[in-house]
Amino acid sequence: MRRLSWFNTVSLTLGFAFLYIPMIILIIYSFNGGKLVTVWSGFSTKWYGELFRNEAFLDAAWVTLKVAVMSSTVATVLGTMAAYVMVRAGRFHGRTLFSGMIYAPLVMPEVITGLSLLLLFIAIGLDRGVLTIVLAHTTFSMCYVSVVVSSRLVTFDQSLEEAALDLGCTGFEAFRLVTLPIIAPAVISGWLLAFTLSLDDLVIASFTSGPSSTTLPIKIFSAVRLGVSPEINALSTIMISLVAIGVIAASLTSKRAIAKRAKDEQEAI
Amino acid sequence: MSEAALATAPAEFAPWEDAQATPLIRFQNVTKRFGDFTAIDNLTIDIFEKEFFALLGPSGCGKTTMMRMLAGFETQTEGTILIDGQDVAPIPPNKRAVNMMFQSYALFPHLSVAENIAFGLKRDKLPKDQVAARVDEMLNLVQLDKFASRKPHQISGGQRQRVALARSLAKAPKLLLLDEPLGALDKKLRQDTQFELMDIQEKTGTTFVIVTHDQEEAMTVASRIAVMDHGKIIQVDTPAKIYEEPGSVYVADFIGDVNLIEGTVTTSGDDHATISWAEGQQDLIGIAHDEIPAGTRATLAIRPEKVNIATERPADMTNIIHGKVMDIAYLGNMSTYVIETPTGQHIKAQAANTRRIRRRAITWDQDVWLSFTDTAGVVLTS
Repeated sequence: MRRLSWFNTVSLTLGFAFLYIPMIILIIYSFNGGKLVTVWSGFSTKWYGELFRNEAFLDAAWVTLKVAVMSSTVATVLGTMAAYVMVRAGRFHGRTLFSGMIYAPLVMPEVITGLSLLLLFIAIGLDRGVLTIVLAHTTFSMCYVSVVVSSRLVTFDQSLEEAALDLGCTGFEAFRLVTLPIIAPAVISGWLLAFTLSLDDLVIASFTSGPSSTTLPIKIFSAVRLGVSPEINALSTIMISLVAIGVIAASLTSKRAIAKRAKDEQEAI
Repeated sequence: MSEAALATAPAEFAPWEDAQATPLIRFQNVTKRFGDFTAIDNLTIDIFEKEFFALLGPSGCGKTTMMRMLAGFETQTEGTILIDGQDVAPIPPNKRAVNMMFQSYALFPHLSVAENIAFGLKRDKLPKDQVAARVDEMLNLVQLDKFASRKPHQISGGQRQRVALARSLAKAPKLLLLDEPLGALDKKLRQDTQFELMDIQEKTGTTFVIVTHDQEEAMTVASRIAVMDHGKIIQVDTPAKIYEEPGSVYVADFIGDVNLIEGTVTTSGDDHATISWAEGQQDLIGIAHDEIPAGTRATLAIRPEKVNIATERPADMTNIIHGKVMDIAYLGNMSTYVIETPTGQHIKAQAANTRRIRRRAITWDQDVWLSFTDTAGVVLTS
């Protein structure tokens, strides 16, 4: 291992401090015994207990999870289909327009997306609830899925699909039996991306949620407006740990897979 | 296999000379355009059953397009392609009794070797035990029994090539298309695999059409070679004919090493033509099946290994060229001599190194005489 020069050490420390000090403070205060958020009064886990007795938070968490799973699944199906057509269908009429339009929601301000969806739902008389949030989240997260999947499809060796056709597959069979299993990692990461986008969305959800369907971000935001409670710190700490575990697990799995592949290839020669 | 016995008699195997034989593949005035680019230009050719047919040419000559039209991945702009007497234009790739071995092998990375080979059989909804039996047979054919459960990234390049071959043969196609099948292998392995391919082609009795830009490979494996350029077939013939009697300067130059001596025809007839080519040098005679009018510009194509080199003027040779040794390339088993004539032309001669290098008599700047027989070279007008 190389020793870092003092300049590199300082840059590294500053950069990471900037990124992580807010979260570390939040985690520390989640174990604060007192009711005041900014005054330390001894270690305690009581706010975690309080949190799990708070029905409103638990309900909101459950709604959020449902919305995230449903919207990311639908977005993955639609996004993958869109990506496949964009990359594979060749130059059809209006392709440039369509591919531009698929990426437009990525740069559209969320407020506008939220507002336009709200107007649409009111216009067609759809009651706001879980369904409307799912639809709204699907709308914006499928663009992200399509970006991730199409970047994989661009490097996909097309002769694999031709080989499948040559061996007797119909077009759909070739996709299901060959293309999909091979691009699965990209599809899965598209799903995960859509899932996390849905989990932490506040703006669009607040436009499209109804009284019975408050998501966790909305709940936290409205709770904080009444004053930050240590319960929220505890909830945030739990979310940080879940995300951290998820990210670390994912990177370990992919690192292992790469190492195994390298080893296999070495042995093959 | 009784069919194999037929194919093992290469001396008599020449269906293209039999007027009665019906071809397996028939291209009739086929043209293929991609936008403004003409990939295949009004091409007509017959390929017969059990042939090992090579499409040879530089990249962009249309050979891959021809193959992709046979597989069904491209449709011709004009003309008809018949396979087994049937117009294949409306038949999609998955319904054709044609299989293809891809240049990149296109093995499915998520499936094992055995599953790759079974892939096409399963699409035919064959019973499980039949699929398993056929997979075993194929693994046996390409000697990969021990690797059945490996994934493609767990085997070597040569093994991958054999899996690809086994997979494309598993459905017992009428026609197997091979797209630069050995391009990714190193030279030694490529030579071994060429013989293996010929062996498998004989054993299975399948018609093979191979696309390659490697002329040595085409010469080794093929029963006939079609030399292509710019979407047209320049010459179709057996490897020996293509090498010994190229029909044009392009073919002569494309296949192997050749001396091209330009001159003017003085006399012609009786299967031979004489050209006068340089002042102070005697005229040269070569094969010319068709009579060429005197005065026509023509090129004598002569292979370096057919040119004899000597330090004294040979007495009884028809074709003699005098010159000076300019360069010697020692290749181990043989040496190539580059001779400069007094008029400044360069002519190559090759001689086997039957003696040790120290004993050899020819050295740089020495006066030498090159000679060859009157059937060694061909006189070409195009």
